[in-house]
Amino acid sequence: MMDIIPTQFIVIFVGLLAIMTFIAVNALILVYLERKVAGFIQRRPGPYEVGPQGILQPVADGVKLLGKQIFTPKGADSKLYWLAPIISITPAIVCFVVIPFGPFLQVINSNVGLILILAFTGINVLAICVAGWTSQNKYSLIGAARDISQGVAYEIPLLLSILPLIFMTGTLNLYEIVIAQGAWPWQWFIASQPLAFFIFFICSLAEANRTPFDLPEGESELTAGFHTDYAGMGFGLFFFAEYTYMTVASCIVAILFLGGFQGPIASGWWWFLAKVYVLLLIMIWIRWTFPRVRFDQLLNICWKWLIPLAVLNLLLTLGVIAIC
Amino acid sequence: MLVKSLRDTAVGLWSLLVGLKVTAFNFVTPNITIHYPREVSPTLEGFRGHIELVPSEEDPYKSKCIACGNCVRTCPSACITMKATKPKKKEEDQQESSSSDTESQSGEKKESSGKKAKPEMVAFSVNFNYCCLCGLCVETCPSGALRFSDNYFLAGFSREEFDIDLVARLQSKAKEQ
Repeated sequence: MMDIIPTQFIVIFVGLLAIMTFIAVNALILVYLERKVAGFIQRRPGPYEVGPQGILQPVADGVKLLGKQIFTPKGADSKLYWLAPIISITPAIVCFVVIPFGPFLQVINSNVGLILILAFTGINVLAICVAGWTSQNKYSLIGAARDISQGVAYEIPLLLSILPLIFMTGTLNLYEIVIAQGAWPWQWFIASQPLAFFIFFICSLAEANRTPFDLPEGESELTAGFHTDYAGMGFGLFFFAEYTYMTVASCIVAILFLGGFQGPIASGWWWFLAKVYVLLLIMIWIRWTFPRVRFDQLLNICWKWLIPLAVLNLLLTLGVIAIC
Repeated sequence: MLVKSLRDTAVGLWSLLVGLKVTAFNFVTPNITIHYPREVSPTLEGFRGHIELVPSEEDPYKSKCIACGNCVRTCPSACITMKATKPKKKEEDQQESSSSDTESQSGEKKESSGKKAKPEMVAFSVNFNYCCLCGLCVETCPSGALRFSDNYFLAGFSREEFDIDLVARLQSKAKEQ
């Protein structure tokens, strides 16, 4: 019996199950963290009533979303309309397959891990495009158009800022990139590539549609942007996907620049999770500090600053590699 | 041009850090929310509830009110009702007339004029439905017998519940103490 089912298949199946559990729990934690941090920054307690210190609030929110009526707007292409949230969340799950959580905690040790993640995170743009287009709604369409131009623009500095690291390590395998860095902070790539770190972090904020770059869902002018017409779990999945993409972005930053699972004392998955959650907290902190940028400012930051700086960084790194 | 835009960018980036510092500072300072049904506000200074009678120093069951009627006359919403006994005109007519002249002056002169000459307040109620909380009655009261209550739990199902008998309220408060 065991011979019929290949081992690789079982590993992937169990891995996917574990990943789905992880991202579900992670989304609950992040929703709670986000609301608590928002509350504390505004000097109020945040969620407080459901459970001790409001700890069950995300569960209550989830149950509420599950209980809502599923509603398709008039004139919408209902197949594509309901496919869009699924297109949004699925690639996010796949991204975790190649992420090394610990020395032995990785579903597939792929040689093209980095490329896989970059390719699959790009699909989210398509999902938002489909959601905006099929909603038959002006707000949704404008939100989707914004997301596409933003996604296309910020994909360029994102890739350009990773290239120097790939040249330095000579690999696209995430596990090997982690191993190429040492255990101590000065051996991590943030020490040798600080500019690339900042460019990558800003771009990943924009790619994950986080404030200050959350123009696709700018509440003040677009109601809720591309997910205006989604109710219940349709909206829930988009929300879920946003938090998952945030986590993917934090994971990549932790792997590429902060030494992944390696830490000064006792390397392991705990170091990786600690780094990821610190980065997520910084993202939340940024969200509750900065106002949303204007659209021309958004593109100016990208084309006038991030892309030239990323190219400069790449050329400098190439020069240094050539000389040494 | 280039120098200016570079300087602007540097200033802008610095302002981002300042912003992060502000929110971080507010994050660690204790929050100011009062969990309303379980906690009450520690200070109600300046809160204007409906008016209430101030008990006199000697007897907490009695009000400081001298039944001059200034509050009733000054109320723009005409929501204060007061009933007073008529001053008994038995003797010392002169003293009485002088006391009625000095109604709005300080209480000391009043005390000197005979006790029988003073009108006494027997009923005092405010119709809170019409009260505009202007506070003219509190300001105008010569004996300081009116103040704003700190009753912010006030709620009811009918209009009649807001026709508040202040004498009864004063006495129930005195009983509690």
